[in-house]
Amino acid sequence: MTDFISSTANPTEPDVLVERTSGGFFDHLIYVLRGNPITLIAFGMFAILVIAAIFGPLLAPYDPAVSNVSIALQAPSWQHWFGTDNLGRDVFSRVLIATRLDLLISVAAVALSFVIGSMLGAIAGYWGGWLDSILNRLFDTIMAFPLFVLAMGIVAALGNTVENIVYATAVINIPFYARLVRAEVNIRRDAGFALAAKLAGNSDIRVLAFHIYPNALPPMMVQVSLNLGWAILNAAGLSFIGLGVRPPTAEWGIMVAEGANFIVSGEWWLAVFPGLALMFAVFTFNLLGDGLRDLVDPRRRT
Amino acid sequence: MLSLKDLTVSFQTRRGSVDAVRGVNLELGRGEILGIVGESGSGKSVTSYALMRILDQGGKITGGAVNYQGVDLHAASENAMRDIRGREISMIFQNPRAALNPIRKVGHQLEDVLRRHAKATRYTAKIEAIRALEAVQIHDAEARYHAYPFELSGGMCQRVVIAIALACDPKLLVADEPTTGLDITTQKAVMDLVSTLIRSRDMSSILITHDLGLAAQYCDRIAVMKDGKIVETGPPDSLFLTPSHPYTRKLVNATPRDGASVRSLLPTDKRTPLAAPKISSKPLLEVRDLTKTFQGKASPVQAVKGIYFKIHEGQCVGLVGESGCGKSTTSSMLVRLADPTSGQILFDGEDLAQTPAQSFARDPRRSDIQMVFQDATDSFNPRHTAKQSIAEPLSRLTSLKKQERAQRVKELADLVGLPHPLLNRFPHQLSGGQKARVGIARAIAVNPKFIVLDEPTAALDVSIQAVVLNLLADLRAKLGITCLFVSHDLHVVRLLCDHVIVMKDGMVVEQGPTKTVMGQPSASYTRQLLSAAPSPPIAANAA
Repeated sequence: MTDFISSTANPTEPDVLVERTSGGFFDHLIYVLRGNPITLIAFGMFAILVIAAIFGPLLAPYDPAVSNVSIALQAPSWQHWFGTDNLGRDVFSRVLIATRLDLLISVAAVALSFVIGSMLGAIAGYWGGWLDSILNRLFDTIMAFPLFVLAMGIVAALGNTVENIVYATAVINIPFYARLVRAEVNIRRDAGFALAAKLAGNSDIRVLAFHIYPNALPPMMVQVSLNLGWAILNAAGLSFIGLGVRPPTAEWGIMVAEGANFIVSGEWWLAVFPGLALMFAVFTFNLLGDGLRDLVDPRRRT
Repeated sequence: MLSLKDLTVSFQTRRGSVDAVRGVNLELGRGEILGIVGESGSGKSVTSYALMRILDQGGKITGGAVNYQGVDLHAASENAMRDIRGREISMIFQNPRAALNPIRKVGHQLEDVLRRHAKATRYTAKIEAIRALEAVQIHDAEARYHAYPFELSGGMCQRVVIAIALACDPKLLVADEPTTGLDITTQKAVMDLVSTLIRSRDMSSILITHDLGLAAQYCDRIAVMKDGKIVETGPPDSLFLTPSHPYTRKLVNATPRDGASVRSLLPTDKRTPLAAPKISSKPLLEVRDLTKTFQGKASPVQAVKGIYFKIHEGQCVGLVGESGCGKSTTSSMLVRLADPTSGQILFDGEDLAQTPAQSFARDPRRSDIQMVFQDATDSFNPRHTAKQSIAEPLSRLTSLKKQERAQRVKELADLVGLPHPLLNRFPHQLSGGQKARVGIARAIAVNPKFIVLDEPTAALDVSIQAVVLNLLADLRAKLGITCLFVSHDLHVVRLLCDHVIVMKDGMVVEQGPTKTVMGQPSASYTRQLLSAAPSPPIAANAA
């Protein structure tokens, strides 16, 4: 009804409208979590992962590297929840400790591809023209490779280190981010608010960076969370085939690879528990997507 | 023929159920055209969806009866409804392009309907379809049969939609805002066509519109809806000349019309005297031989073909024309968002066209020229609150400190009549009228000398349009801003502008003082525009 108030400004009258000040980020987080129980579960699972990654070494009941052949290959028990491996190391401790490395690899890789992909995609989408064509062909080229094979090739060529796994995973993910950002930026290039920002004295780069690009964040968040899960799988896959992280480092992929040899002889716990941890992490990230999107989308703040 | 009794429709939402239609009673006789008029959210579309039983998920008829020639549409099975839709009652929608399937030829879409209702067989379908296209006066119907919707203009698409709706000789046509978004001359052509077809086929029709003038011109009887209820029903003349309900009176008042002044759109008690603006004899902006050529797919497209005009300090000039006439291109060149192909834009005697649009953001004259955008939703960053949007030009173009900026934003909010608590809201939390105010506040934030108003009221309901137009008139009197008012609606332009420029196909066909152009138009195109605008039957001294 405020529109029917006289056209001449009359600020005293509408003060009766008590407006809840649009809450901070924390309020919005609570609102999103309350609206969607699945998001709440996902955030809970994510919290478990983060705690395991940060406090893993403190929480682990045994030293993951110390071997004790006398208790090798024991089945899960109250003493060793996930059993012990062929060297007598506690599988539970190793699975717990591996969380940090696996999350680190996937977060670093996704962050790298997010940043590089965003920049390239935003440039391609905003300026268009020949730059757009060149970048697009580049992304097409990368995507034309079987991505896992490409990652293998990169790690094999650059050397068998954790950093190189990160780089390889980042490279194969860049096109997905770039394409998404390109499309999101492109549809907003001539939007009214972009023109308004130019009228307000913003240069092209500022319009792109501070006005158009942030609007691409909601769909990007879905991509990021799915990608985190995918990057973990990718890193584990590389380790599984013997590239990247090397034993005796605790890492889910290697543990599954090493444990696989013992499944035939009945020692299933060696491969199954790291595998379950992997699944838990990937599942968490897949669930997290919608919640993250709602969190960065101001239109959800109703 | 059709009667609605106590129709109630409610929608399930997150916050419980909301009644969109609350006890509507309507009677429609054979051969009658009934208009349902109301502003957005009044439930006029929902009423029609309910009678067609095509409500969205979550929408339900919770009470009342819908009787169509003895059939209870509320109780009819979905199967029976499918036979009734199209054959007995058919409907045309607001956006014709969205109503057509984009990847199928329009002829085939027509055939679908004909065959579904057994009006044609596989062998006769094509002939029947072409005949249906001819019935809606599509030239060269045989060629158009093979056209895809994107190849046709908006008016042409609406004709196809009408052809589909009428293909099976329905007895009742429900038209939901059939001409919103179409140009005014196209609107007249489409509405004339619809009413001729309805009369010649002895059909009944329900015309749903927000435009009182349009309803008055084409309907036998008008029902005015507000908040899900019908507040008044009657023949157009008596409704307009002696409205009994206060809401009808307000709507009638707010509709721009011949001989109205901007203040007369408001309720009587809000009509404060308006100071006459001071117009200096010095031109602030002068456009000389301005052209703009776009590189089209096949050949270059000349959007603006050498136009000349002057805008004096303090003047408000209207730029009128239909879509594609070059008025938007012209305004974007004037605000320096686009570069002209050739020609001069003299602003205070200096040629703005010398500075490329790309680097104009850093030009000291940037703050002198601002703009109010047409689409209020599209022109705000969805991630910025109203406060941030208004403060943006202040932070880039002035040297105000953070606190001074906050202060200035509050001043501006007062100036445009925006309650302060709303400043913290995001665009999607504001109504259309509130967004219009924020847009105006943003444009005047840096005290520009010249602003371009690009159809600032096109998307607003008439009563809100009346308020916004008056706000603009107030601001003009208070701040003495020179403005260019771009619009497709001559009646709206008349209210605000002293001078009018009429454009067509990239050229100025007529310009001069508003009174002369509107009173004794010299160009035939201006006359055409004026006659196409629906004019409600209002006595000049209507209260």
